[in-house]
Amino acid sequence: MTYDLMTYDLVVIGGGAAGVAGALSAAQRGLRVALIDSGARLGGQYFRHPAVPPHPATSGLDRFVRQTRALSERAELLLGHQVWSVSREPGGDLTVHCVTTPGDGSGERPVEVRGRRLLLATGAHDRPLPFPGWDLPGVLTAGGAQALLKGNGVVAGQRVVVAGTGPFLLPVAAGLAAAGARVLGVHEANGGLGLARHPVLALAKAGEAASYALSLARHRVPYRPRTAVLAAHGGDRLEAVTVARLDRDWNVLSTRRVACDTLATGYGFTPQTDLGVQLGCDTRRDADGSPVLAVDDRQRTGVPGVWAAGEPTGVGGWRLAELEGRLAGLAAADDAGLAAAGESAAREAGAALPEVLVRRRDRMRAFARALLEAYPVKDGWQGWLRDDTLVCRCEEVPLSRLREAQDLGATDARSIKLLARPGMGWCQGRICGYPVACLAGEEPAPPRRPVVQPITLAALAEDLSAEPPTGGPS
Amino acid sequence: MTFQITIDGRPVPVTPGQTIGAALHAAGVRSWRTTRFGGRPRGLFCGIGVCFDCLVTVNGRPPERACLLEARPGDEVTTS
Amino acid sequence: MSDVIVVGAGVVGAACAYYAARAGLDVTVVDRGPVAGGTTGAGEGNVLVSDKEPGPELDLALLSNGLWRELAETRGGFEFEPKGGLVVAETGEIQAQLTGLAGKQGVEHRIVAPTALRELEPHLADGLAGGVFYPQDAQVQPMLAAARLLRHGADSYGHGTVRLRLGVTVTGFIRSGDRVTGVRTDKGDLLGGAVVNAAGTWGGEIAALAGAALPVLPRRGFILVTEPLAEPLIRHKVYTAAYVTNVASDSAALETSAVVEGTQAGTVLIGASRERVGFDRTTSVPVLARLAEQAVALFPALRGVRVIRSYCGFRPYCPDHLPVIGADPRAPGLYHACGHEGAGIGLAPATEHLLAQLLTGREPDLDLHPFRPDRFPEEPR
Repeated sequence: MTYDLMTYDLVVIGGGAAGVAGALSAAQRGLRVALIDSGARLGGQYFRHPAVPPHPATSGLDRFVRQTRALSERAELLLGHQVWSVSREPGGDLTVHCVTTPGDGSGERPVEVRGRRLLLATGAHDRPLPFPGWDLPGVLTAGGAQALLKGNGVVAGQRVVVAGTGPFLLPVAAGLAAAGARVLGVHEANGGLGLARHPVLALAKAGEAASYALSLARHRVPYRPRTAVLAAHGGDRLEAVTVARLDRDWNVLSTRRVACDTLATGYGFTPQTDLGVQLGCDTRRDADGSPVLAVDDRQRTGVPGVWAAGEPTGVGGWRLAELEGRLAGLAAADDAGLAAAGESAAREAGAALPEVLVRRRDRMRAFARALLEAYPVKDGWQGWLRDDTLVCRCEEVPLSRLREAQDLGATDARSIKLLARPGMGWCQGRICGYPVACLAGEEPAPPRRPVVQPITLAALAEDLSAEPPTGGPS
Repeated sequence: MTFQITIDGRPVPVTPGQTIGAALHAAGVRSWRTTRFGGRPRGLFCGIGVCFDCLVTVNGRPPERACLLEARPGDEVTTS
Repeated sequence: MSDVIVVGAGVVGAACAYYAARAGLDVTVVDRGPVAGGTTGAGEGNVLVSDKEPGPELDLALLSNGLWRELAETRGGFEFEPKGGLVVAETGEIQAQLTGLAGKQGVEHRIVAPTALRELEPHLADGLAGGVFYPQDAQVQPMLAAARLLRHGADSYGHGTVRLRLGVTVTGFIRSGDRVTGVRTDKGDLLGGAVVNAAGTWGGEIAALAGAALPVLPRRGFILVTEPLAEPLIRHKVYTAAYVTNVASDSAALETSAVVEGTQAGTVLIGASRERVGFDRTTSVPVLARLAEQAVALFPALRGVRVIRSYCGFRPYCPDHLPVIGADPRAPGLYHACGHEGAGIGLAPATEHLLAQLLTGREPDLDLHPFRPDRFPEEPR
């Protein structure tokens, strides 16, 4: 069914920092805006907060909550809606196909939201690396541990190890320690707080990093550069991890065992670009090799009427995401104004955006890029795997089956998937796509997912547009 | 201000607004299903609806992601 | 220098390598992509005899069915599942047509009364008028089948018999006078005694490089894949009678019919759609919705089951729905084995068994005349 007959001026997908800022900017300029998010509350990953206070000590959260209040008065908020596809109507409008499950027990139903413009603000998810035992209960992604704490007030464990690479490990460890967990160590596979060594990073991030470092020191949490968790051990839950000292390329120098009940791990983030790829948006390689949506300085993708902001255009954190969202919202509003005035040439070029925002975004973009370069994933991790280590958790595909597929003539990640099934399961390669690409010796391909979220056959069958475009069966 | 759900008949306390996955994890339950080939235990992993490891059976319905599904009073989680 | 150069590492090319090697020939297989990267990698793995009208394609299918069984017994490794196919009728009139077709086919079958349908498929919808069960219908995992046939060919008939050149694009043919003596590629020339065009949907493009017209066109199909089910819900390949008429149709417009089956991985595959829209990969939500609608009409128990992905592929379609198999008189030394539409997996072994007979100068077990490459009228340009 269709949500209503309205065609919105702008439909925003994603209710995090970028989506809310974009929706609000456009709505304040008079556009009819709908914002869709799969969660029960706005916030995305960074501004995740529980249903009832107390709210987590998240920098910027108060302002975000004020923005959401302003937005709820000016825009249609469709929470609890999961987008599974976006399609282009013959007249040029975009239809966002969602499913939602009302609380009345009537089951999942399809919802279609139509817009003249679309803003993709779909965020990112953790990028874990496989290692022996990584599927033991008690091993969480760093973002998963953070979501438990921020969204549910649950401390992930009592004796916690944090491992991976990147600055995100610091707030996760600091948050867990402050909430009462005993954080046994932060294992950064790269050269550590190395921020100071990078001229761009030294200026901008030193303050924030220093405050986390202070917090970790206060809770006596050791921060160990050039170390990593190589393996997780336990019967039906995590009991210990093997921690290793690494060389620059992440080859193992020595190991020791640490008893713990929880591991929070992450090696950067994977931007969620699948809806953009579905629409035919161009992608580019970010500094870490991730495919991200290519946008111009007005946050426009190459596809008419489609903007993108935040992590899908390159991982850069909530501040950058919010700025990009604002710029996208303003650019979409300009576009609507010029369209109404029939100024198609001006529409192509776009009106000027506030210089102060543009400059700040560009500065933060450069900073984000430098940050990615400071925390690369080095090939040495592939040596941590054993033949029986699962690479794909959903289809339970061990490394040996990947190698077998390669031996049978699978020369790229896609044909490894066809022969050995990694990425064919529930998560559609969101988790194993990156490691499988690395193991195949290539950079991850833009994700091709025609069905972005699972949808029941009943809901799919009821999709209103289930009319054939031409002809029909005879 | 808490309420209860059950897992295989055992009570689990819930703070309003918590997901099924968070409530189970907080109660020390780390897994609630096993994989179909290797019989491996699975619980929360990504925690944000991406990995589908935490699929859970609630009130006999088809499996859903425990990390996204908000708990309601009286929900019955079954593990086999 | 090989005896045979096979262009295409899909299931047909792989079978070609296998049967040519078995016949004592040295084979080089070239493909611009990986093994099974084209239509083979987008198929369900159908090995069907039930959906064919009596005639040359059915004869080919029956021969191939036996060969798949033999390969599964002697070689294996590709999830061969002799599950049987059930064609169901929505009305008494359709059931009469199905029964009539089954009588003409001369294929092993059993007429199923409406009351007996649920013995075969417990979750079928109410109100169906009966069906016909074909025990010979089977399924393979097509990508594994292609990969394993190449491997078996390489391992079983002497070291170096089958060479695989992946990521190599054929850009032209080498001629000696009229005769085709090899292929030009982006990685250098390859000489061979004969060249087999097993390029599937792209077979027309390969033929054109030799100056021979072959009207192979893409016919797009979508497949829905469900979440893996704990208990198998569907035991056989089940489809409605409309599938048979759609397969044989010449329409370019969208046609859909319900084709539903379980796989060894626990998922349910749902097809089938046919439309001639070129090589356009854009997902069509209306087509997916229609496939879902037809599947739940046939199996209401699927209503609550979730689709987790879909994919599309391009069947190599010829105007008369028959594959192209045999020597091309317009380019001596060039052989074709392509244009199998949606039946390439099923027909691959027989196609290549017969072609290997031809390549070694023997009389093929079946008359290849109906499949000859020069049977199409030259299109006025």
